[in-house]
This record gives sequence, structure tokens and C-alpha cells, in this order.
Amino acid sequence: MAAPNAFEQTARARADGDCGAPAQLSRRVFLTAGLAAGGGLLLTLNMPRGADASEPIAVGPAAGAELNPFISIAPDGVVTIVAKNPEIGQGSKTMLPMLVAEELDVDWSQVRTEQALLNPLYGPQFAGGSMATPLNWEPMRRVGAAGRQMLILAAAQAWEVPAAECETSQGSVRHRPSGRSLSYGALAARAAALPAPDLRSVTLKDPKDYRIIGKFTGGVDSARVLEGAPLFGIDMVVPGMCYATFEKAPVFGSRVASANIAAVKAMPGVRDAFIVRGADPDAVFNMGLVEGVAIVADSWWHAQKALQKLRVVWDRHFASGQSTAEFERQAEHLSRQKPHSIIRSDGEVDKAFDGVHKVLEAAYSYPFLAHVNLEPQNCTAHCKRDGSVEIWAPTQNPAPGRKLVAATLGIDEDRVTVHMTRVGGGFGRRLMNDYMAEAAMISKMAGRPVKLLWNRRQDIQHDAYRPAGFHYFRAGLTAEGALTAFQDHFVTFGQGRKTASSADLPRSHFPAGFVPNLQYAQSLIELGAPTGPLRNPGGNALAFAFESFIDELAHAAGRDPLDFRLSLYGAPRVIPVPPWRGRPEPPFDTGRVRAVLELVAGKSGWRQRHDLPRGTGMGLAFYYSHYGYFAEVVKASVGPDGTPKVHKIWAAGDVGRQIINPAGAYNQVQGGVLDGLGAALHQAINIEGGRVVQENFDTFGLLRMREAPPVEVHFRISDNPPTGLGEPALPPVLPALCNALFAATGRRIRRLPIDPRELRRA
Amino acid sequence: MTFTITVNGRKRAVDVDADTPLLWVLRDELDLKGTKFGCGMSFCGACTVHLDGVPTRSCITPVSRVGNASVVTIEGIGDSEVGKRVKEAWLAVDVMQCGYCQAGQVMTATALLARNPKPTDQDIDAAMSGNLCRCATYTRIRAAIKQAAGLPTDDKREV
Repeated sequence: MAAPNAFEQTARARADGDCGAPAQLSRRVFLTAGLAAGGGLLLTLNMPRGADASEPIAVGPAAGAELNPFISIAPDGVVTIVAKNPEIGQGSKTMLPMLVAEELDVDWSQVRTEQALLNPLYGPQFAGGSMATPLNWEPMRRVGAAGRQMLILAAAQAWEVPAAECETSQGSVRHRPSGRSLSYGALAARAAALPAPDLRSVTLKDPKDYRIIGKFTGGVDSARVLEGAPLFGIDMVVPGMCYATFEKAPVFGSRVASANIAAVKAMPGVRDAFIVRGADPDAVFNMGLVEGVAIVADSWWHAQKALQKLRVVWDRHFASGQSTAEFERQAEHLSRQKPHSIIRSDGEVDKAFDGVHKVLEAAYSYPFLAHVNLEPQNCTAHCKRDGSVEIWAPTQNPAPGRKLVAATLGIDEDRVTVHMTRVGGGFGRRLMNDYMAEAAMISKMAGRPVKLLWNRRQDIQHDAYRPAGFHYFRAGLTAEGALTAFQDHFVTFGQGRKTASSADLPRSHFPAGFVPNLQYAQSLIELGAPTGPLRNPGGNALAFAFESFIDELAHAAGRDPLDFRLSLYGAPRVIPVPPWRGRPEPPFDTGRVRAVLELVAGKSGWRQRHDLPRGTGMGLAFYYSHYGYFAEVVKASVGPDGTPKVHKIWAAGDVGRQIINPAGAYNQVQGGVLDGLGAALHQAINIEGGRVVQENFDTFGLLRMREAPPVEVHFRISDNPPTGLGEPALPPVLPALCNALFAATGRRIRRLPIDPRELRRA
Repeated sequence: MTFTITVNGRKRAVDVDADTPLLWVLRDELDLKGTKFGCGMSFCGACTVHLDGVPTRSCITPVSRVGNASVVTIEGIGDSEVGKRVKEAWLAVDVMQCGYCQAGQVMTATALLARNPKPTDQDIDAAMSGNLCRCATYTRIRAAIKQAAGLPTDDKREV
């Protein structure tokens, strides 16, 4: 199975806390009830001071517990639900409250949502790894159900009737025998005096009674975005603030030798300019504070004009000899040497190749990628005279940001307040918080609040890039077309002897476990640039290489690529997956693989594809990641100049028994598929002389409207816990596209992005 | 220098350098934060506003070139009948993910429908291809434009 889950591992590790296995109610938290300001019910989530939020425990009140507002019901019936995680566009701020509201049994129109502050009492607060659904599906519903149970009890006491005779419906409690009814708003104060039930004891609804879960529900803040409300990080305003720009070394890790600070300070509107010294040499890889020159001005435009005058002499750095062309030469050289390390070895690979009918070899490669969130990195920071710091940031991962700010400024973490703004795109970039450290330090040095905003060049040239990679595959087929030997020498990147962030090949990656003789080996190229997770880390690159090569093998075996995959995965069975960090992982189910492959084949007309006109082809791929099973078919042709034309894409996914919010779910799949398509067609970050070449969207392209084909999405409902959709739909489209182009043209794409010259008709 | 420009029907005086892009005048002088900065070079369309009804990249439009043109931003587009319909369709279709590009998308879509009330898919491609969406919500942008135009929203383009 593929199961890299790298994003989620990174997210978990970087979230500075463990999130636990999916669908587990295992927080050391409990509910208490109290009176809300204005007389309503306030349900609060509690955690004993110092408790590890990940440990399963007994539930009950504890002395000295701290409180956090989580749900409140006002006397007028308005229910306010706190959304604890940042909203990066994946819809958590809508979906998580839907879960609470469903079990509380209120009408969605009664619900308001509020963004939480960063507070350890909420446990991990991050947006990453497609984890919002698996981590919160169960606990959020139980929080809602507990509230409903208390409201029933309050009504029963008011009427002096047994609670069993009472039922709820959309925000009110009704006494069945007498027909009396009271609204939640009217009951809220009385309910607030009751003890909150044990979260694990509450009864959850039968899914057939769902009124909110499963209903198309628009984003809670969408109307405000279209009013132009100041919701994003870039929109924050603090009284007395100035605007900052921060210029870092084009060659990663270089230090400032000298800069024309005086000339910059003399520019109109400039209040201050100074060199900011980097934290330490590792900061470039850890996405901490790196060295640069800050310009603080009365407007961002003045800061940009002063930036044009800035001249910095940077120290020479070892990475200045690095380039994409040199990496390619090194990879080719390393591929012919003994690998640096063996990742996995099954059976006897060398011996197995001796006996095979057919041997295939192929080299695949893909480039570095930038995240290019459309909202460039930014942060507003206010270092106050009393030594405390307030931060407003579009971050996916605020907790490590607070830690980084505290470490950068040498203050205690409890002196740092982090406000989570709406985030103009996450994609993994904002799991890192380098912009937060910069803004905090610039505010401290300038002695005033600042809004730091990167320009697009700075954003593209100072990313934690999706690592490039090179795969040297070798595989052996029997005379019957069975895959019996498989080898990958993966040439990737490292810093020292350590594999760079998100640059690893998981030992469980498909087809490992499904081929008797298999070896994954790895060699490292030294890299001076930082790398990091991009939406579906690992999968966004590995799927292209592996699933394209599987397609090659199918053709070499004379088999239909669908049938070849079905026989590789074999009969439907459930394969246990080893625990991750001691926590159970869901098993891998080949029956779910088969089901989505057959579903997408049926919907796309895969079996009838030979009727397509000459020059039009279909390609298929499957990928499992973030607990989601996705099979996709692309139908494509090429223009006379070799430009690919994608006619349509079909996606079939299995993410369990419930699509919580179809509005968000279909959008995530369509967006993820088109995101992958854009990467395959347009995107590469090249390095020359140690610096990134690309500066803006003219040279680092995103998919455009005219290139976006119809994407037809089908969910297979299976009896498994619901899992996330931010990432798993992305990977299969890249190989499915390349496999379609092979079917259309007979040319095999083994290098991304796709070069139309390779597809041009002779 | 002082410039007087008309924004969403109101005359506004601002004291800025002549080369200051309209984008930063709107955002930081007039506190209209709905118009977004994405690239600063007119490649992405997040900063799109209307100048006399024409979709215009405010990030490369110096304030000195605005003159007497009527500037309309996302904050004011709902005052027009077409703009109102477009915004309603955007919400009904639930277009947005992160939402950062959507003000620009709505501005370009409104200009399209104002001059071409029943656009074809090709018309939509031509009008909308300058507005990037990093979340790639193009499927729903297309559907919302059609919904606002009173056209069937299903995507029949497969050939």
C-alpha cells in the first residue's frame, strides 16, 4: 500500500503534540456547564492543567481545571460554536460546527461560529494532513450530544416529567405526552446549572436522522469574504503600525556582508532600515529566522520603492555552486553507483531478475515546487513595552509559531498571543512560521507594531520547496505477465546525512508488500535549499513516478492497466498497518481499492475506450493516502504543437461511510485534481547558482480557467470511519494524465512538468 | 500629492505618491480590504476592480491614471443588479475554498455578464483565464457564472 501519510506526520510533529489515531475520543478533556454572559448555557471543554491532550483517560471533574468556552446557547436560541482549527480553505470552520450542531439538534440557521485563539487547552490546533475529519468526527458529535442531553434534562426538571418522555427537534425540547415544548434558549440558563455528562456515555443519533450532516452547507464566512470583510492575515490593522519588507539572501543561508542602509533610510516614507541577524545556521532548513535586511515604512508601497534601492553584498555560501542541471548530473551518476542506503528489501531481487521473461527499466524525475499561496506570506506583530508580543498570522500551525517567536525573541511562550486569521491558502507552506519570527523580530527592533508582507518574488524564492526526485526503476515480468521483481533506486536530497524534509520514500509505498522480490534503495544529493510538505507530501510526486511505471508494466505485460492493477492488489482483504508512534493506524483494504477502480472505470467508460477517436486516449491511476482511496481516469489528446488537451477527468473516492458536507467534499476533490493537473502541466522551480530562478506567475504557472476540464466526482460509501479530503484526491491525476497521453500518442512522459515537445507529432 | 477619485460612488481624497498603485490606495488609504494583492504584476487577477465597468488590475494601475473613472470594488459591486446576482450565485454554488482570489473572480465575472448576459463556455474561458485560483475552484466558478446568467450549470464540455 502507499500510505505515506507524510503530510500528516509532519503536521503532527510540527503541531507540537500528538493528535492520536483517527476517530478516537481520547482527550483528557471533559465538559462542564455554566452560565453564559447574558444568561445562556455555556458548555466548556476542560483539561486538567499540564495534562497531555493525547492520553485517553477517565472522564470527570478535576480540581483546578481550566475552562475554555466551546459552545454557548444564548436566551434567544443562538448557538455559538468555537472553531478551534485555522480555516485555510478546506472548510473546517464550517464542517466542525456542523458535527456539533447535528447532535445538539439545532437548526443550522441558529448557529454562529467563532474562531478560537491559540490556547493549549484546545489540544492541537492545526490544519494539515487531512486530519480534521478523522480526529474530530467522533469528539465533536459527542460534545453536541452532551449539550442536547442536558437540555432535555433541564426541560424534564422544569415540567417535572421523566426525561425519557422528552425529545428534541431543531432547537427545542418537546414533552411527547403533553405536547408542551420549550426552546433551547429558554432552557439554557436552567441547563447551565446541571452537571455535564461523561462524553463517552452520551447517545449519538442514528445517521438516518441527520438533518445537517450530509447536507450541502455553504462556507460560514463566504458572504463576508464577498463583502470584502477584513478576514485574512494581510487585512489586519493594528493602531500605530508600519509596513515592513524583509529581503533575504537569494542563495539560501548567505549572510549579509554589507548593505546601503543609510541610502535606504533616506528614501521617502522610510521610518527605519536595519540588518536582522539570523538565528543560527540551521534556521534556513528549520524555517526559523534567517538573515536579511528589514525596511520599515509608512506604507507598503514606500517600503517596496526603498527595496528597489537596497543593495546588499551577501557572503559567499557553499550552496552557490548548486543548480538544477548539476543535480540532474549527480542523480544520473549516483544511479550507477551502489545506493547510499537500503530502505526495504523483500525476497531476493537480484536472483529474481535472472528468471524473468521481461525486464523493464525506466528513469522518472520531477522538479522542486513552490506552494504559491495566493495570499503571500505575511504577519502582523506587536512587541509591546512590557515584553509581551501579539501576533496576527495566516498560519496552518500556530502552536510551533508561538514557540518559534518566543525562542527568537528570548521570551517565555506565555508572553506570546497568537490570533489565527483566515488563511489565503495553506497547501503545507503555512505549517512553517518563518514569517512570524521575522515580523516579531522586526517589530521588536523597530519598536512599533509592523505588518510584514512578502512580495511575490520573495514568496517564491523563500519557500520550503516540494523536493525534486529521481527514480531509477527496474522490474521483471513473468511470461504470464505477473510482476515478480521490482527495484527503485531513489535519488533524493539531504542535508548532511539526513534526508531532507518530505524527501523520503516510505518503505510501505506500493507496490511494496504486493511483489515477492522488491528493493527500495536511496542515495542523497546535498541540498542548500529548504524543503517541506506540499499538499499530499510524498504522494504529490511519488504517485506520478510509480503509477506511470505500473502503467508501463501493464502495457509490457500485454494487460489492460485496470486488470493489471486489480490482479496486483489481488483478492479483497484487509491488511493490518503497523501503528504510527505507538498509535493504531487503520488497515489497508484492497477491497476498497478494487471498488473505486471499478467505479471510476464504469463511470468513465474505460472498457469502451478503444472506441475513442485516434489521438485521444484514457489513462488510469490509483493512490491511497491520508486514509483516502482514490482512482482517477483522464481523457486527453494533444494539439499539433504537442500541448496536452484534457477533455475530462473522473475521480472515484472512498473516504468512509459519511460525506459530512458535500459542498466542501466535492469542491476539495475537484480542486485537488485540478491542482495536480496544474503542477503536471506548468510547474517547476529551478535553481541556478544556489538561487531560485522563478519570480512570479509568468514563470511559475497555475492552471487557468481555459485549461480546467470537467471533473466528475463519485464517492463510494463504505462502512468505515469518515476521513479527510484536503489531500487524497490530488496524486492520481498526475500519472492518470501521463498514462492518457501515452495512450493518445505512444509517447511516455517520464519527467515533469510535461514538455509538449516530447508529445509533438513527428 | 492629493488625488480625488470616485470609489463605489463616493468621492475620496487621498494624499499619496503619484505612482502608488490603486490597489494600495484602496486597501491601506481607504481601508477597503476586499481587493487583494497576489503578484503585483497583473498575472493573477486577485486585485481586479472596475474602472468605468472595465475589469482592471489595480496592482499596476497608478492612482494618477485613475482620473475621473468610476472605481468599483468588491465592497460596492453588489449595488449593481448583475453584481448582486453574481455574488448570490457564488454563495449558492459555494464556490470558494480559501476565498483569497474570489473578489477578483467576482469582479471579472460581473464585467463579463454585464456585457454578455448569456456567455458560452468559450466566452467564460476567454474572460476568466486571467484570474488565477490557487485552490483551483474553476469548476464552480464556471457553474456560478452560468447560474447567475440563468443558464444550466452542468458541465457539458466533454468532447
